[in-house]
Amino acid sequence: MLELKHISQEFGGLRALDEVNLIVNEGQIYGLIGPNGAGKTTLFNIITGIYQPTEGGVYFQGQKIDGNPPHQVARMGIGRTFQNIRLFAKLSVLDNVRVGSHAVTQAGLFGSILGLPVVRREEKQILHKSQTLLEMVGLQDKRWEYAENLSYGEQRRLEIARALALQPTLLLLDEPAAGMNATEKQELMSLIYYIQKEMKLTILLVEHDMNLVMSICERIAVLDYGRKIADGSPEQIKNDERVIQSYLGAPA
Amino acid sequence: MFLEQLLNGITLGSTYALIALGYTMVYGIIQLINFAHGEVYMIGAFVGLFLVAMGANIFLALLGAMLFCMLLGMTIERVAYRPLRGKSSRLSALISAIGVSIFLSTLMALLAQTNTRSYPEVISNRTFNLGSLELSVLQISILAVAAILMIGLQLMIQHTRLGKAMRASSQDLDASYLMGINVNRIISATFAIGSALAAAGGVMVGVYYHAVWPYMGMMAGLKAFAAAILGGIGSIPGAMVGGITLGVLEIMGVAYISPSYKDAIAFGILIIVLLIRPQGLFGKKIVKKV
Amino acid sequence: MDAFLMQYIDPYYLRILVLIGINIILALGLNITTGVTGQLSMGHAGFMSLGAYTSAILSLQFAAPFWAALLCGALVAAFFGFLIGIPTLRLEGDYLAMVTIGFAEIVRVFFLNFEPGGKAVGLSGIPQNTTFGIVLLLVIIVIFFNARLLKSRLGRSMYAIRENEIAAEACGVNITRIKVLAFTIGAFLGGLGGALYAHYMFFIRPQDFAFMQSIELLNMVILGGMGSIPGTILGAIILTIAPELLRIVAEYRLLFYGALLVLLMIFRPNGLLGDVRIYDLRKRWMNKEVGA
Repeated sequence: MLELKHISQEFGGLRALDEVNLIVNEGQIYGLIGPNGAGKTTLFNIITGIYQPTEGGVYFQGQKIDGNPPHQVARMGIGRTFQNIRLFAKLSVLDNVRVGSHAVTQAGLFGSILGLPVVRREEKQILHKSQTLLEMVGLQDKRWEYAENLSYGEQRRLEIARALALQPTLLLLDEPAAGMNATEKQELMSLIYYIQKEMKLTILLVEHDMNLVMSICERIAVLDYGRKIADGSPEQIKNDERVIQSYLGAPA
Repeated sequence: MFLEQLLNGITLGSTYALIALGYTMVYGIIQLINFAHGEVYMIGAFVGLFLVAMGANIFLALLGAMLFCMLLGMTIERVAYRPLRGKSSRLSALISAIGVSIFLSTLMALLAQTNTRSYPEVISNRTFNLGSLELSVLQISILAVAAILMIGLQLMIQHTRLGKAMRASSQDLDASYLMGINVNRIISATFAIGSALAAAGGVMVGVYYHAVWPYMGMMAGLKAFAAAILGGIGSIPGAMVGGITLGVLEIMGVAYISPSYKDAIAFGILIIVLLIRPQGLFGKKIVKKV
Repeated sequence: MDAFLMQYIDPYYLRILVLIGINIILALGLNITTGVTGQLSMGHAGFMSLGAYTSAILSLQFAAPFWAALLCGALVAAFFGFLIGIPTLRLEGDYLAMVTIGFAEIVRVFFLNFEPGGKAVGLSGIPQNTTFGIVLLLVIIVIFFNARLLKSRLGRSMYAIRENEIAAEACGVNITRIKVLAFTIGAFLGGLGGALYAHYMFFIRPQDFAFMQSIELLNMVILGGMGSIPGTILGAIILTIAPELLRIVAEYRLLFYGALLVLLMIFRPNGLLGDVRIYDLRKRWMNKEVGA
């Protein structure tokens, strides 16, 4: 469903990514791991159209998508969250999710100000869907709060709800568990499982928590200094010499 | 004819540059468009006139105006900007700056009683010829003073402890604070230096055009802000080049296009430049961080 | 209606009411561009000027009906708003502010040299068609449509752009389109306000729409609380009345006005209604509903 072919990215002579190939199949939960600065977030930014890769191509459902602006990529059904949480701080929790449905709704200027029946119906649907999503991530009670007033873990979950409002087929999660405690991580794992099953999603996630990655991902790729040094099942990755050497460290 | 216009443009432009430096330095550190800066320039011009009228030598008057405006700049920062810092958006600070600007121009209008006051001829307007070019002592003095001030500023920024701290603060204010730099003092010093330069610009414009008036700060401030943007806001060499470029273009526009479109020409060029180079001539291109 | 009101209300107060209404329309337009979408515009008076001159010339030279003059004034301004919105593709923050200042200055200088506009002398004898009744009606319509827009899908995406452009894009918001739209709507209301102003004042000059006018409108938006309709209305009311109240201090008027701006920003840095959240009020109301 998602295929990266020979992706390289240079920033002013610095090679952040070097000939990375990656294939994510439909319905997979795919993990992307590697030390800080390995290029994981850069890869996300390339997939979502924020960066244009220096070389190589991004294919989504067989179509070449690199070169499209981010909002078009989103409209193709790729939703994402951000490592350094990017919520609409001074909007309510509910409105954050409602903005998320922008790509899959239509209301235009005149319909909106005239309050046409079509638009009202759409607004009702948006509200209903957003509330369902908030229910799912457990934020329904906080829907009138400002997003900035949520706790860290809640903000991460809100970002997921917002990304889901896009009705994506592919969801990119950038360190969804960062800053969460053990209980929150447990809840997050079941949430990821749940949305993957329920919405028939394909998920690509970047995460540092090995426990989480090893237990929910079917397949994992390891990046190091912009190169892919391994990919395979969690078992294969755990036993891969190069991965142990450069990232996991010697087993205790 | 062309060379003369060029020289006129550079003279006018060097005064824009002096004012633009204050905008760009303050902006570089606290990202505030200090709208009261044009008024500091205007008050500098009036203080200079006052001292000259008291019988002071023009250079003493220049120094006096610079000193006065240093204190004025620091006071403005202390009273109107510092209480807002850290707890409000940049736009509230902008409105506060506009408030100060209205306050100062009205205050000066009340104090000065009349609208326009004329500067006496303190520097001889004698001209001499250099080839086909006609130069006046006045123009040369202005260019010399502007050059000395700008070179002095550059040396100060590059080589002194204060300059280093200012450069660090403009890179990252929070990190500088953590490194033990007294950020409030640096900001205060930035306002002081910027205001002194604006005052020098004010006195020079007063001497050059023989007139000062309480509302002269508004348009000059706008032009200088345009010059700072043209050069790339936050960049000191940018403000210098931007000021001189704007001055030259304006004089050329008046000479070769039409004097009645003077202000429109300057802003029109600015808009075109920004459309081609959105970060200004010397500004750093901002890479989107995600 | 005005004749009727005149029996009960002093013409001086009626005049202030009309000006408040016009300022509300102007400020609500700017609020969409700057308050809601977060694109700092410091040249709103330029749009006002285009609306005023276009409508005045139509009335004077072509004896156009009042409503047509208003509409054309607003549309011409909206067209320029659309043009000015385009640089927002590439410019951010204060660079954009500079372009809007430059635009308004160019408009001013243009009318200073524009023969049909009376050059520096301006235009006089514009029919005084703007009445309190018409202004009141338009204010209500503008507020109504504004409220509809801001809580619609497009309105939400405007707020989203102000809050975080990258996240808005990731939600599928076409930032460029929405920003240009925000400028166009803002300019439309600016032109409408200008046209009303011209047909109330009887007499317009280029310097009526100078930089200070843009700044005063911006003050209304920020003072009331960015992006809030009630805030902007309150800002427009206060800043229209303040200079009138300050008349007792005669020539010290602007001195107080300047000081007032500084003090307000120090004590209410987020604007008067910036901290008052409609969400909070709604939450309180919702909780009561649940409790009952």
